[in-house]
Amino acid sequence: MKKQTLMLQSNADNLFDLVNRIILYLVLFVVVYPMLYIVAASFSDPYQVAAGKLWLWPVGFTLEGYERLIHYGEIWTGYGNTIYYTVAGTLLALAVTLPAAFALSRKDFVGRGGLMVMVMITMFFSGGLIPTYLNIKNLGLLNTRTLMIISGASSAYNLIVSRTFFSTIPEEMFEAAKIDGCSYTRIFLQIVLPLSKPIIAVMAMYFGVGHWNDYFGPMIYLKTRSFFPLQLFLREILIQSKVSAEMLADAEMAEAAAKSARISELIKYSSIIISTLPMLMIYPFLQRFFIKGVMIGAVKG
Amino acid sequence: MPEIAKKGRSRTTKKKLLHRILCNWELYIFVLPLVVYFILFRYMPMYGVQIAFKNFKVSKGIWGSEWVGFRYFTQFFHSFYFETVIRNTLTITLLSLVLGFPLPILLALALNETTARLKKTVQTATFAPHFISTVVMCGIILVFTSPSSGLINQIIAALGGQRINFMQQTSMFKWIYIISGIWQETGWNSIIYVAALSNVSSEQLEAARIDGANKLQRVIYINFPVLVPTIIILLILRCGSLMELGYEKIYLLQNDVNIPASEVISTYVYKSGLESNNYSLSAAVGLFNSAINSVILVVVNLISKKVSEISLW
Repeated sequence: MKKQTLMLQSNADNLFDLVNRIILYLVLFVVVYPMLYIVAASFSDPYQVAAGKLWLWPVGFTLEGYERLIHYGEIWTGYGNTIYYTVAGTLLALAVTLPAAFALSRKDFVGRGGLMVMVMITMFFSGGLIPTYLNIKNLGLLNTRTLMIISGASSAYNLIVSRTFFSTIPEEMFEAAKIDGCSYTRIFLQIVLPLSKPIIAVMAMYFGVGHWNDYFGPMIYLKTRSFFPLQLFLREILIQSKVSAEMLADAEMAEAAAKSARISELIKYSSIIISTLPMLMIYPFLQRFFIKGVMIGAVKG
Repeated sequence: MPEIAKKGRSRTTKKKLLHRILCNWELYIFVLPLVVYFILFRYMPMYGVQIAFKNFKVSKGIWGSEWVGFRYFTQFFHSFYFETVIRNTLTITLLSLVLGFPLPILLALALNETTARLKKTVQTATFAPHFISTVVMCGIILVFTSPSSGLINQIIAALGGQRINFMQQTSMFKWIYIISGIWQETGWNSIIYVAALSNVSSEQLEAARIDGANKLQRVIYINFPVLVPTIIILLILRCGSLMELGYEKIYLLQNDVNIPASEVISTYVYKSGLESNNYSLSAAVGLFNSAINSVILVVVNLISKKVSEISLW
């Protein structure tokens, strides 16, 4: 009798496992298939894609989309600017956020309560779009590269997560160093930072992705095309379907209209790949830090 | 006598305080850049909020412009767009909440019950869309929904259905917005629940198993309750942003045809402000929006405190 109920349960459990697996494979398919399709479409003959011949493997293999993109100068301007804004902006954000988070995690730091309140208020109140715009204008930062780098120099959420991480480092580590006559600067650089690789990775990722993907800030504040980051050129190609004459220079006049529509589709797929690839390549290496990073954030609630 | 003792003590504590400040002078240098940043980029804009109550003229500046009270608020309430933008904003946020909020929880529960290998594969795959930028995401939506060549219509056609011009139909807008959001963020949003599930006590699971609870019962009665505090906190936060719908994605997906369904508060703020240069009206609408958000947040938090004893503060 006892054995029978056990058997029954394990049958129920087997069914559960099976259904669970099927659901997860479905999730996997729904998420991965569109991405694979875009990759395949970027290498495929656009006429055959439009005719519905493409399912997974590229049809009528071609590199035309990539070739046209590579010869389009503004993509490289955008790429250069984005790399510059992302690297400089992320380094600045780390330099501003991490030491401050460390200081705010010290219990003997007089005034930390007040400063934390000052930071947390910004999570719930902000000036809003227009007052922020006017402020940037008054600071004389409209249409400058500097603004792209300094405007994201910290955020309340990232500061709180980093602070929570630093406060988990046991106090004794600093006591000993303090008695040995170490200054806080040396403690921070030589003891704290080497212990903090997960939080540095997570923060670099958060700030970095934010800079790489930002289009709204640049769209509002930048006017000069040579300052534009990649996302603004992508917006022209992907959303506004502006395929410049430069990209279609050799298309025959007669069939130009029809051809340009198809090539424009192909260029869209290629530009999605070209712009997203760097992020998608870096992130699996940092993936193991995410759960840790989110967990630190969640402790605070 | 106690008076003197008190004085003496307060003097020594004052001295100690001064000593602590002087000893830790480096920490003040550590926070200095942060404080400067927050004042320049977060607090100075708050000073500008007053233009919502003023007739702002660039030539007169923020301070010099004349006060007009609630004129721009009334103008917004009586405007043709008022009802539309409120209705669109609420429709989209409420539907995303109802449809999108439970999915990361279910995904985390499912991931927790499978093999380590499948879990890692699914996580790696489902996190990836989070890293796709808004511009690229909207580009993907546009190429996929294209009536002539888009993947979705290829599938509809292959199944023998009628091709749909998604972006030219007002009724489709909210679904496009919500489903693409679910595709992009469900995996990422599940991280916090996966992390919380590591707190499930294995002894309790073992005891339940011995008592004859099957897997589904253990998931429902042991794993799920562990997630409840996290769920409530995130739910409060989501409710607090019910009227908050970012302009970034909506603005890119908007076209002349779907505007009746896609104009929301934030895009209205953007257009009235930076496209029509009506700074005061735009600031007033923005302020009205964040005021409503704060009220909802406080109320929901209060209710939660009463009902579940879980609250943000």
